[in-house]
Amino acid sequence: MTAASLDTTAKTSAERGALARARLLRGLLPALSLALVLLAIAWLNPRAISYFGFSLMLNLAIPIALATIAQMFVIAGNELDLSIGTFVGFVGCVTATWLKDAPLIGVVILLGSIGVYALLGALIHLRNLPSIVVTLGMSFVWQGLAILVLPKPGGKAPDWLLGLMAFKPPFIPFPIIAALLIGLIVHFGLMRTSYGVILRGSGGNPAALGRAGWSLLKTKIVLFALAGLFGVLSGMALIGITTSADANIGNGYTLLAIAGVILGGGEFVGGRVSPIGAVIGALTLALAASPLLTFMHIPPDWQVAANGAILIIVLAARVLISRKER
Amino acid sequence: MTSVKSLLTKPWIWSFLGALLVWLATIAFTGGYGAGGMVTAALSLAVFTVIVGVGQMFVITLGPGNVDLSLPANIGLASAVAMKVMDGNDSMIVVGLLAALACGAAVGAANYLLIWALRIPPIIATLSASFIIQSIDISYGRGLQIKPPPGFADFANWQILGIPVLAILTVLFTIGAAIALQRMIYGRSVLAIGQNIRAAWLAGVNVGRIRFLTYTLSGALGGIDGALLAGYFRGANVDIGNEYLLASIAVVVIGGTSVAGGKANVPGVWGAALFLVLLLTMLNTFGVSAGVRLLLTGLIIVGVITAAGGQKALR
Repeated sequence: MTAASLDTTAKTSAERGALARARLLRGLLPALSLALVLLAIAWLNPRAISYFGFSLMLNLAIPIALATIAQMFVIAGNELDLSIGTFVGFVGCVTATWLKDAPLIGVVILLGSIGVYALLGALIHLRNLPSIVVTLGMSFVWQGLAILVLPKPGGKAPDWLLGLMAFKPPFIPFPIIAALLIGLIVHFGLMRTSYGVILRGSGGNPAALGRAGWSLLKTKIVLFALAGLFGVLSGMALIGITTSADANIGNGYTLLAIAGVILGGGEFVGGRVSPIGAVIGALTLALAASPLLTFMHIPPDWQVAANGAILIIVLAARVLISRKER
Repeated sequence: MTSVKSLLTKPWIWSFLGALLVWLATIAFTGGYGAGGMVTAALSLAVFTVIVGVGQMFVITLGPGNVDLSLPANIGLASAVAMKVMDGNDSMIVVGLLAALACGAAVGAANYLLIWALRIPPIIATLSASFIIQSIDISYGRGLQIKPPPGFADFANWQILGIPVLAILTVLFTIGAAIALQRMIYGRSVLAIGQNIRAAWLAGVNVGRIRFLTYTLSGALGGIDGALLAGYFRGANVDIGNEYLLASIAVVVIGGTSVAGGKANVPGVWGAALFLVLLLTMLNTFGVSAGVRLLLTGLIIVGVITAAGGQKALR
């Protein structure tokens, strides 16, 4: 019994067609947003649209995309993770110190931190706690641990990580390939496997899922563990790019990741998320935050505002498009 | 005995108990030295968290997804506006406070305009707005070296018998907020919207107007907080409001307000703010490093919320 088979019995084919079109457009909105930002960049500075330009502009896109995916798993379960930014920072500090100097201990620490995430999921479910507060508290914990691991900015990324992140494939810049790969893998896992449906269902209708015999404790643990896993990947990717770490390096990622999920068509409740959309949302934000804004004659004072403006314009465009559809 | 029992069922009592516990632990450590001074300092610092916490509480009570992320930027901008308008001049204090209030209210109104016009989730709307406000502040407050008027700085630090006057005024304000929440049409409407926005609308609550008022109120409180902070710390600063993003959300939820909306608690905001400030004082007194301090703060927040337990979701 899947949701799709229920649809066919309840709706005529015309209705299904309209629904499919609406869904398609909804799925395309994040891509249109990205195209919009790209057009704006091409219009302001045509030279930016090149292999080198993209490599530069999308420099930090991989860690942002991974952090956004992490946040997406949490949001899929109707929770919110306010600690992902400081967690990425903590992972970064471990990567630049333990993982280089004592790889085995580093791996154990990182696996342990994923375990902590899984435990948080269990705690939130078992005690019925508001995830906002628990993760708010955890954001202090990760930041504190990051400072303890690396009191002063420094450390060095492991060589294999540096090599991986500096990879320069022909024709298409690495960040784009990596983002595509991340989006597709997660899309397959979450949207195309049967347990992926259960995971999303735990956000869509937890009561129904519970009555059908699925363990909501397990889904929450899996969602949080996945968030932890992608948080770890994000921190490692970040250090592979920046080469050294700082305890505050990931702080901005919490809000970027939430914004990325929403830009990508996700919703805060109901298990409605889109991995590919989230990656596209992250790319859009990475472009908005790129250092190339400087070359577009936007004074440094107003660069933060440019981020905000791009968010607002993209969302406004989204409202206009969805109004036409109705 | 029954009164003690009914007291223990109040969600806000735990935050006060926590604050008391932390205070006792600290004076046990110092051997009773500085017990009174610690309360005075905690009251003066808690005031700033309480003011924004109350605004955040009303916003969070509107229901899931409602949260004001623009408070830090708002506080920063308002502190600069207040200092510029006052210009170190005692006669301009009231005008400066009104300017900060208006600036904050304008930010709040702009937030709601974004939520309403673009139908975007409040988290994203206030986040995008905060980026823009931050830029305005950086540009407007560049190299701002204006000290607050001496009268205003004295007022912000004024104490009577060891009790900060600002804290007394804030207690009066929170009593007003509690009355507004529980006994006035505005507060009841906020609670109704948080419990079920559709039912509230069907019952004739002007949902749009109430939400507009709530975001404007939160903005205005952020504005006044910015002015007071600039007075207390003797100068405006772009980063002056940074810690109030997490703090404002933390005090609301530790204080017993439901993040699912529809259930608010004003006294708990005070308890939680005192708890957080005293916690920081305690860890500083123990002489732990910055890393350990953050780590313990986080663990204690998680511990407190786990011990207090979550309420059954309303939905």
